[in-house]
Amino acid sequence: MRERLNQTIQFPNRPKVIGRHAVVGPKEGGGPLKEYFKDVLKDDKWGEKTFEKAEKKIMEHAVFAAIENAKVSLDEVDVLFSGDLLNQIISSSFVARRFNTSYIGLYGACSTMAESLALGASIVNAGYFKTVACATGSHFSTAERQYRGPLELGNQRPPYAQWTVTAAACTVLSSSEENGNANKIGKNSGANEKNTVGNGKPAQIAVTGATFGKVVDYGVTDINNMGAAMAPAAMKTLVAHFEDTGRNADDYDLIATGDLGKLGSDILRDLCGEKGINLGPNYHDCGAMIFPFSDSVCQGGSGCGCGAAILNTYIMDKMEAGAFKKVLFIATGALMSPTTAYQGESIPSIAHAVVLEA
Amino acid sequence: MDTFFKYLLVFAIGGAFCLIAQILIIRTKLTSARILVIFLIAGILLESLGVFKYIGEVGRAGASIPIIGFGSSLAKGAIEAFKEKGILGLFTGGLTKTSAGIAAAVFFSYIAALFVSPKTKK
Amino acid sequence: MQNEFAERNKRYLEYVEIKSPKTSPWKSLFFAFLIGGLICCMSQAFTDILPLIFKGMTLEDAKTWSLMLTVTLAILLTAIGVFDDIGHIAGAGTFLPITGFANSIASPAIEYKAEGLTFGVGAKMFYVAGPVIVNGVVYSILGALLNYLIYGVIFK
Repeated sequence: MRERLNQTIQFPNRPKVIGRHAVVGPKEGGGPLKEYFKDVLKDDKWGEKTFEKAEKKIMEHAVFAAIENAKVSLDEVDVLFSGDLLNQIISSSFVARRFNTSYIGLYGACSTMAESLALGASIVNAGYFKTVACATGSHFSTAERQYRGPLELGNQRPPYAQWTVTAAACTVLSSSEENGNANKIGKNSGANEKNTVGNGKPAQIAVTGATFGKVVDYGVTDINNMGAAMAPAAMKTLVAHFEDTGRNADDYDLIATGDLGKLGSDILRDLCGEKGINLGPNYHDCGAMIFPFSDSVCQGGSGCGCGAAILNTYIMDKMEAGAFKKVLFIATGALMSPTTAYQGESIPSIAHAVVLEA
Repeated sequence: MDTFFKYLLVFAIGGAFCLIAQILIIRTKLTSARILVIFLIAGILLESLGVFKYIGEVGRAGASIPIIGFGSSLAKGAIEAFKEKGILGLFTGGLTKTSAGIAAAVFFSYIAALFVSPKTKK
Repeated sequence: MQNEFAERNKRYLEYVEIKSPKTSPWKSLFFAFLIGGLICCMSQAFTDILPLIFKGMTLEDAKTWSLMLTVTLAILLTAIGVFDDIGHIAGAGTFLPITGFANSIASPAIEYKAEGLTFGVGAKMFYVAGPVIVNGVVYSILGALLNYLIYGVIFK
């Protein structure tokens, strides 16, 4: 097997998902996927004074809970890959500040979960590091202030807008399934007792490939229409992935995009159709799944936390239970800046894909 | 009956301005701040041309409460003060005429900020 | 480079324009008209009732009081977190009247209080409503000159 094919790399050493956690806000926790979200906040400020502090707290919580879930000690985690939506990815840096390890901060807007998983898996597969944590998070109220306007401003959202998801999630990858046990005998003896979802031993999830996206810009300038801005990026990454690997859409039990929303995923189906890729019933969009249909959320969820939370709960739960064997997760990011948007610039977008196999 | 008719006009004219603004929101990509500025300048222009007082007489609060009325007050203040005090009035008139609204907005917003924190939208 | 993508982007944007859902016009126009009209009527009622309570209040003063009451009410609704919910339904019905101006000052004031009274509330209070004041001052001066030109010079 060739390890690199244009934009796609394969991971023959199969970096394994040994721990994961997602925490979501109250609105997300009451949505259609509520039975999969086990950690739901009652209050999205979580007792903090500001929403920024709350975002920091939920990201910290997700990272520490995922490491606990992985049954490794904090010292055993070699690198933290993390990113978020705020200026200077400050929430991630705050998480890293409490976390005594090497830190690689990422900005991929809403594509951060796939970006961090792809980079983390690359490093683990190559054997440079053994255990890495990949995290991201977003908060409706901090993103609203940064990208739109004050929360109490009484304006209408256009019907094609999306709603930033309040959630944080972290996945811990490792080169060996039996963490700690392999070379440190006696430590973490309970490493195999993972939280069982189905009956018996859950399937082991591994990251087996990744396609790194290119920046794509089809000239969308409306910062409310992120689905339309990001859909071409998702299409390009999908096309590259299928060309590089020789697979087609039917080879996957699930193809999930991060946060295109209903409109964006419809556009993606059309764009892929033009390229001869038929996205069937195995294609879903996390943004369109997370909220119940209502006036306020319009096309569905967006933000780093959207795809990340669903990947680390619903998708991986189903994989461990054996319902999905092979999943292609494509997180899309609108790499926009409010400043340049006011200057009339269009929105550059990106999509990264990771292949997960159980 | 007179009162009813008067309020009907207030309602119709005030509502009509909002209706036009709403059409602009739906049909164009103009942001709400831009639409406010467009109506403001329209008010200033109508007042300067001496037309707005007719709308004001019929519409009353329906003409003065929408931002178009705020624009007309600014222009009216500047026009009146310019006649009285010349160039100086040109600069003092507009804000003097509208100072009550601006000062009330600033003062009570400040008080509100002292006591209230923003809440997440539902 | 630019020209290569211009045609593709143009086609895509036209497609997006058709594909994107539009606001249901009748419902939003109805609520904008209804709520906008009601706010004006409420303000008119203040103007009519105040001189009856406070004897000797002139019509001009009553208008100013009414304006201030409307502004204060909008700020109160903003502070208790209700204004944005009404605004979501009413659209231009709440933001075009002076209530929208008040809301656009109160909401950043509340939003940015976390950064302190100077750099938060003080500096950011007008970041939405600023264009209204700036354009208002500039164009009212020009407007007064235009008025003088028309009624003081041409039609003297």
